[in-house]
Amino acid sequence: MSFLIDSSIMIISQILFFGFGWLFFMRQLFKDYEVRQYVVQVIFSVTFGFSCTMFELIIFEILGVLNSSSRYFHWKMNLCIILLILVFMVPFYIGYFVVSNIRLLHKQRLVFSCLLWLTFMYFFWKLGDPFPILSPKHGILSIEQLISRVGVIGVTLMALLSGFGAVNCPYTYMSYFLRNVTDTDILGLERRLLQTMDMIISKKKRMAMARRTMFQKGEVHNKPSGFWGMIKSVTTSAPGSENLTLIQQEVDALEELSRQLFLETADLYATKERIEYSKTFKGKYFNFLGYFFSIYCVWKIFMATINIVFDRVGKTDPVTRGIEITVNYLGIQFDVKFWSQHISFILVGIIIVTSIRGLLITLTKFFYAISSSKSSNVIVLLLAQIMGMYFVSSVLLIRMSMPLEYRTIITEVLGELQFNFYHRWFDVIFLVSALSSILFLYLAHKQAPEKHMAP
Amino acid sequence: MASLDRVKVLVLGDSGVGKSSLVHLLCQNQVLGNPSWTVGCSVDVRVHDYKEGTPEEKTYYIELWDVGGSVGSASSVKSTRAVFYNSVNGIILVHDLTNKKSSQNLYRWSSEALNRDLVPTGVLVTNGDYDREQFADNQIPLLVIGTKLDQIHETKRHEVLTRTAFLAEDFIAEEINLVIEKRYFLREGNQIPGFPDRKRFGGGTLKNLHYD
Repeated sequence: MSFLIDSSIMIISQILFFGFGWLFFMRQLFKDYEVRQYVVQVIFSVTFGFSCTMFELIIFEILGVLNSSSRYFHWKMNLCIILLILVFMVPFYIGYFVVSNIRLLHKQRLVFSCLLWLTFMYFFWKLGDPFPILSPKHGILSIEQLISRVGVIGVTLMALLSGFGAVNCPYTYMSYFLRNVTDTDILGLERRLLQTMDMIISKKKRMAMARRTMFQKGEVHNKPSGFWGMIKSVTTSAPGSENLTLIQQEVDALEELSRQLFLETADLYATKERIEYSKTFKGKYFNFLGYFFSIYCVWKIFMATINIVFDRVGKTDPVTRGIEITVNYLGIQFDVKFWSQHISFILVGIIIVTSIRGLLITLTKFFYAISSSKSSNVIVLLLAQIMGMYFVSSVLLIRMSMPLEYRTIITEVLGELQFNFYHRWFDVIFLVSALSSILFLYLAHKQAPEKHMAP
Repeated sequence: MASLDRVKVLVLGDSGVGKSSLVHLLCQNQVLGNPSWTVGCSVDVRVHDYKEGTPEEKTYYIELWDVGGSVGSASSVKSTRAVFYNSVNGIILVHDLTNKKSSQNLYRWSSEALNRDLVPTGVLVTNGDYDREQFADNQIPLLVIGTKLDQIHETKRHEVLTRTAFLAEDFIAEEINLVIEKRYFLREGNQIPGFPDRKRFGGGTLKNLHYD
């Protein structure tokens, strides 16, 4: 009986998460596009819904809500469904939509998308070989095999995003890095842009007039075609057409210049807005946060280096260690069991919420930046895939932040994975990502002032 | 050549509706083979004989300014785009007949372009609401063009064309629906085939523009 109640609670929450994913898709991601293939929206919402359910189960585990056996059952079921989606459904649909965009293969869409999916499976399988993730006693199609590979990809993504985020966050928040932009700079650039446009226009006017006079005189401007045409054009060529090609080249160069100027002007406007924002109260608050985050970022990089160099994997989670410290060193006595449950709930809850929110914001920004009306379907599905893998691996890593008694269910469900390997891998990729982001941002920052200060 | 008068026409619309193809077709009399994203603004020029055949015939340069981007761009991009909206003689609004959102976004596009003169500091104040009053005393002629008519199935064409007729009425604009193809144009059911007739079509489009 209680199993039924538990299941209905789970199903209701799953529907809620599905609805949230649907709304997010419609309101945020696909704001400017028209949804023509509802399959895409359904897949995205389903992935989001099941990923959130996994987090919900962790929270239930900590709080002790629901029956233990029904929790275990739902874990298993949820995991199977998510793996099915991430390994079978989403890649297949990505292949299908990619093939649909190519006109030549339109007729045999299904065949080619199956081919693409098989290629994906091959590489996905090969991914597991170089890593010491599993003991070989498991069968081919077991959950452990799939999860281990999904975990590797997801952990890599998490570490990359984490590293870049840790460095980028103080860089954007702190106003120390803002370049000084005055209105005269912007006006100067705008003037240059308009001048370039005027030059392009005058050259195009000449070309249009020349073509018109040629057309009126009865000459036909045809490009040399074929082998004999090319040989002929070497020796004899109409003077008009030669002139035109020359002007056309100049126009191409000028158009490239105008594009550069446009992008630089947009950049200057953005910097000016940021400067004005930093003078407001909110801006000052973020600036202060920026200093705090930069210290945190440096500490994290330091800890990652130490972990790798000294080959150390933390044995206890922050909650238990914090309690140990307060009890042993500060001498404050309190009910360990009670508090550890609540504190780990709060900590894990914060981690989950911030990572979901952070991921959704990053995905939205990424989507706006690179999508167009043709490729929007494929990109959304790619984002759904990334999101699913990200959430699955956060479950793997979150295990480290929980006290021992709550870790058991994750260990039970996910099987005998080498969890320590994932943490080590996370540290390595985090370090690499953070250091390369620092290098990248440093170069970009140095290069920018020289570009627009030139007379 | 500089002695000919110039007319500046903006071509606005969402990403991917076919503005660059349209401009290329009007100016080069050729279909654009490999359309790619427009960054910033691309300009093309067409020489046009106004009131051809009459004693008041005058030749003009028509500059078609094809501004790229979307209505949802960052405000810094919008401020940069605003520099192109100076002293405009006419606006062509392009939308995709297969994509409803691109037609709805036309309201925001026209507000962005027409409000340029009211807010000289470059900070655009648009709340997205559509106000017909705003267009009532608008002196700049508008033309609404719907593209990709051939991609709509025969049975749905009537419904789509009625919707776009309402759209054009809202703007107090002239409307043309067309197909960018090598062979023919469709103008509200009339067929004007072939290239020799291109000039006549061009004359029909631009008869709204006067330049004193």
